[in-house]
Amino acid sequence: MPEPRLMTGNEAVALAAFHAGALFASAYPGTPSTEILEQFSKFDGVYAEWAPNEKVALEAAIGASLGGVRSLAAMKHVGLNVAADPWFTLPYIGVSGGLVIASADDPGMHSSQNEQDNRYYAKAAKVPMLEPADSQEAYDLTREAYRMSERYDTPVMLRLTTRVCHSRSLVEAADAEAPKPMPYEKNEVKRVMIPGHARLRHPVMVERLAELEELSNDSPFQKKELGSGDAVVVTCGVAYQYVKEAFPGVSILKLAMTNPLPRRLISEFCEQFKDVYVVEELEPYLEETVAGLGLYPKGKDSVPRVGELNVDNVREAFPELAWSKGAAPRMHIAHVEGLPARPPILCAGCPHRGIMYSLARLKAIIAGDIGCYTLSVLPPLSAHDCQVCMGASINMGHGIEKALELASGKGEAAGSHRVVSVLGDSTFFHSGVTGLMEMAYNNGRFTVVILDNRTTAMTGFQDHPGTGVTLQRQQSSSVDIEMLARSLGIENVRVVDPWDLDECKRVLSEEMKRDAPSVVISRRACVLRDKASQREALKVLREECNDCGLCLGLACPALVKREGEVTILEDACVGCGVCAQVCRREAIKV
Amino acid sequence: MIKLKDNADYKNIEDEATRSVVLAGVGGQGTILAANMLANALVLHGYDVKTSEVHGMAQRGGSVISMVRFGSAVASPLVPLGEADALVVTELLETLRNIEFLAPGGKVIASRTRVDPLPVLQGAVEYPADAEERIGKIAPGSIIVDAAAIAAEAGNARAANTVLLGILSPLLPVGEDEWLATIEKLVKEKAVDANRNAFLAGRKIAESR
Repeated sequence: MPEPRLMTGNEAVALAAFHAGALFASAYPGTPSTEILEQFSKFDGVYAEWAPNEKVALEAAIGASLGGVRSLAAMKHVGLNVAADPWFTLPYIGVSGGLVIASADDPGMHSSQNEQDNRYYAKAAKVPMLEPADSQEAYDLTREAYRMSERYDTPVMLRLTTRVCHSRSLVEAADAEAPKPMPYEKNEVKRVMIPGHARLRHPVMVERLAELEELSNDSPFQKKELGSGDAVVVTCGVAYQYVKEAFPGVSILKLAMTNPLPRRLISEFCEQFKDVYVVEELEPYLEETVAGLGLYPKGKDSVPRVGELNVDNVREAFPELAWSKGAAPRMHIAHVEGLPARPPILCAGCPHRGIMYSLARLKAIIAGDIGCYTLSVLPPLSAHDCQVCMGASINMGHGIEKALELASGKGEAAGSHRVVSVLGDSTFFHSGVTGLMEMAYNNGRFTVVILDNRTTAMTGFQDHPGTGVTLQRQQSSSVDIEMLARSLGIENVRVVDPWDLDECKRVLSEEMKRDAPSVVISRRACVLRDKASQREALKVLREECNDCGLCLGLACPALVKREGEVTILEDACVGCGVCAQVCRREAIKV
Repeated sequence: MIKLKDNADYKNIEDEATRSVVLAGVGGQGTILAANMLANALVLHGYDVKTSEVHGMAQRGGSVISMVRFGSAVASPLVPLGEADALVVTELLETLRNIEFLAPGGKVIASRTRVDPLPVLQGAVEYPADAEERIGKIAPGSIIVDAAAIAAEAGNARAANTVLLGILSPLLPVGEDEWLATIEKLVKEKAVDANRNAFLAGRKIAESR
């Protein structure tokens, strides 16, 4: 047995999938799930890919499973929204090679636009779900998920959260297995979901769910911890760790398999206690079932439903459990009030800055999207009007433009040529292409700006269909965005350099005025990726500068106002020159 | 005062309560790597270890926080308020921001580095000029050094975090050989010498106090 190793939950999932003999994995990067595929892709003999989006990733993994090999699809919680279409019908057709879907929630929204609780997806689709509480469980439950998947002919959801994905703890790996690929079989009644076939399959799923509930009742992964006192806490996932620490010695029913929930086990174990508590992150998912069993649990009336849990807020929810043994709340140093916030910002030299600044100056209505550039919503750039989800920018822009036209009653582009949709290259490939079709086909008269920085920057520089390189470093084709836009029927496609403000402003105002759909590609590689593009730092000429602060409107971390004087931090500046173009006194020079 | 190190020769890690170190800084300062080095050294020594960190937005110059917990059996990867035995921070403002994690009698080890956040860069709000003083008042016995300058002297200004780990090191039962092995394992080859020197420079500072 190899010695235990410190690894993140994501690394443990990847290693377990590899040890389970998974050969195929597909994902779209998304915090906190990204490193699963990055890690898996490094193992010998496996195939791993970045798909353009999560729906593609899941469908490709379904195909690989039908092709007979164990497969993995990984995504952040909102990625499963994109993949929801295959997700709900996949359990009808079942699997051939084991298929595991790692779905990583982000309670607290460290890097997400919402904090939906994906456990309801497992329940809604009748897919069994396993929830690890640390890296060892991430490893063990991933191995179990593959066994379960093949034994019960079902996909299995591995539900992770940020604190499991990005926490490190010790993992003891088990022996690797090398399952033989399943022979390919044609079985259209099981795999072609026309209504007649689906009607046959749905009852099979219901039966399977009953069998899975028996497994859930008896699974050794459901842990019963008998402590002292007449209270029991039902919990799952990382919340278990907080319960252990907040309520030492309390009895715990810690569930690892959370769909289907083990109703018999919950009833039998909890009935021994006077008080039943439920501690879980986000929604009262466990609590609803525990309550349905007539156990009158205490839960979300006290445990926060919003944000992450931790030892402190779990203790606070049930002080009667925390301080029952004569222990008293510990004093801690008071939070220091009034400190300047440190919001994340666009890097010095970020190619998004020049184009977003130009759009804000042109008073565009900016329908935005998901990526680093969303940071431009913060003042002083304030260059976003709306943003919902990946790829929504173009479609929302289309709707806004049509609405302004309708509201004006003039039947013309009465959005006064102000609507601009903005999205990054990776986001465009993810789910922006159909939006471009929407604009072209339905006579949109607005402008789409594609911020082509040649990488998926926000999640840590992953390749995508536009870079010409795959996850496993193979050369491949790269999408020509100009040709793609033209092929959809958009005649006005132009490319600008976002470090050239004059060009940005000129091209954008020309395209915004046009009574036709147009695309502007703002092309420059992410400055963190392309170090070669970095130039000599600029300087403020003291004799020319009147400290008007116009350049500070760029929100560049290299531009500072100290003791009333504007200066450039030499170490931080990468010489993009955008500030020099903003200055009206020519006071910034190389 | 809660000492991290009760006995220099302590090797038995049974029945040892969980202790915690909170590391913080600004995106790009290497906080996560430092936490990783600390965690690995503790594992090498035989502890159960858990760490926690947040990726994503943190890469863009935002506040970064990493937590390392160790003992015979660690539960929560997150450190409760008031339970960090040490707070290791590469920036003064971030030290104040996270000081509530410090246990009574806990140790602050910080770099006298100032990285202005956007509202300060813009001149909208003031950077707390008395940050160092306030830290000293809240946490007497704090060790605040010019870690970047010490690291530069050791061969690489970017090893400031490693200087702070060096200052932290005598408070932990981890041996010097275990630390050096960790540095060799986790730091990029060309930076190993600078980091080793930075670590030893920090360790010397702590020992001289």
